[in-house]
Amino acid sequence: MYFDWNVVTYAAPLLAHGVVMTLQVSAVAAVLGLLLGLAAGLASLSNSVLLRGVIRLYVEFIRGTPLLIQIFLVFFALPVIGIRLPEFWAGVVALALNAGAYIAEVVRGTVGSIEKGQSEAGLSIGMTRRATLMWVLLPQAWRPMVPALTNDLITLTKNSSLLSVISVYELTRAGQAIIATHFAPFEIFLLLALYYWALISALAYVSRRIERALPSW
Amino acid sequence: MVTRPVLVEARGISKSFGARNVLQSVDLSVHEGETVVIIGASGSGKTTFLRCLNRLETPDAGTVRIADVTIGQRADGRPADERELANQRRLFGFVFQRFNLFPHLTAAQNVALGPRRVLGIPRAQAEARAVQELTRLGLADHVNKRPGQLSGGQQQRVAIARALAMDPRVILFDEPTSALDPELVQEVLDAMRALAAEGMTMVVVTHEMRFARQVADRVVFMADGRIAEEGPPETLFGAPRDERLQRFLRHLEPQRDL
Ligand SMILES: Nc1ncnc2c1ncn2[C@@H]1O[C@H](COP(=O)(O)OP(=O)(O)O)[C@@H](O)[C@H]1O
Ligand SMILES: [Mg+2]
Repeated sequence: MYFDWNVVTYAAPLLAHGVVMTLQVSAVAAVLGLLLGLAAGLASLSNSVLLRGVIRLYVEFIRGTPLLIQIFLVFFALPVIGIRLPEFWAGVVALALNAGAYIAEVVRGTVGSIEKGQSEAGLSIGMTRRATLMWVLLPQAWRPMVPALTNDLITLTKNSSLLSVISVYELTRAGQAIIATHFAPFEIFLLLALYYWALISALAYVSRRIERALPSW
Repeated sequence: MVTRPVLVEARGISKSFGARNVLQSVDLSVHEGETVVIIGASGSGKTTFLRCLNRLETPDAGTVRIADVTIGQRADGRPADERELANQRRLFGFVFQRFNLFPHLTAAQNVALGPRRVLGIPRAQAEARAVQELTRLGLADHVNKRPGQLSGGQQQRVAIARALAMDPRVILFDEPTSALDPELVQEVLDAMRALAAEGMTMVVVTHEMRFARQVADRVVFMADGRIAEEGPPETLFGAPRDERLQRFLRHLEPQRDL
């Protein structure tokens, strides 16, 4: 088997540019996805039947459709109703909408798994359900949420490779461009895999540090 | 005691879980400053009754009045919304069998949370009051510890302080010593005894018969979701009429400390 080391040494620094873009698009999408997921997760625990229904629909839709289609919908369908986003932002929106649905489920599940006596204690001192959620349940949910949230953010980062289809010049797209000119798909895809692996490992490491730094009782 | 006004009045409280009728039209009046002890076999509906009083459980039928408030109703007779109900609920303090302290907060923060988030009292002021309540319960050295660092008896006293900090009109205790190691029971009972002596109105579900004899103004025996017998402790323990009560007391006899 022939392995072209030259193309690897040539491509490695070029791909660094793609890594930066992958990091940027993933980081912005992660922040938005976390905010969206937190809001949607809390809303799905609210009293409002309407709000819960809307969130349910959103989550089911995201979970029931391929991310690739969601990306195309944001990129090609939104302009039809007058919202035209540049590739980067279309990518961010698609990834954030996608991750937000999964994160909402994590928030709902974790907060919901906190012992019933806790919310009853909150109610017994005159708190509303909402106040109980904010001051009693949510503070206890952060730490148990971290592992599941980490999974979702890892998935988000890996999913960012799909943004290559709408020409976001992230890692995968950068690799494809090199393949197109140098015809070394094996070497480049292997290199891409290693880059992603390193990124994800770093993310997992940071998450473990965060989990350990969060208080437990 | 007889001349004291009625503070809490439960009328016709019924509650079913599925096909099981747990409470069947229970009536109970509690007078200002009175300590009512509820006894009864496990499963007779004592916990459910207490929870119906402060609406942790919604009764299927019946009304609960406390002072001039009907729980679940606004002054104009329309149904109370959630915020209103929360305000009404805090007229009752509630002490849970398993404490239900907030594990992420210190003792002082546990006690101050209600005053801060419900009454809007500034943090410094709420925590000062919390320290005061904790000190009164003999916990001055523990104000900055989390529940996980406290013994069961200390935790339950923090829970009592948490209830007190909301200035409730009456405190409901659901078997407050049942989850405790035997050697920790007394400190909690002593705290409750002191509260009763200070004139706090209390409804106490307990299996501590000595406490019932010594502290209760009135003892209520529940069986099968009804009040089977009630009266002053001397009468209820000395000359029980209901056959189920007689059996209940006989079963307790061996473990009763006199
Ligand atoms: N949330 C609930 N759902 C179904 N059954 C319940 C619930 N709460 C209590 N029960 C049942 O109601 C009965 C009375 O319970 P409880 O009020 O806890 O009695 P006690 O406190 O006297 O032991 C029991 O048979 C119990 O299983
Ligand atoms: Mg009980």
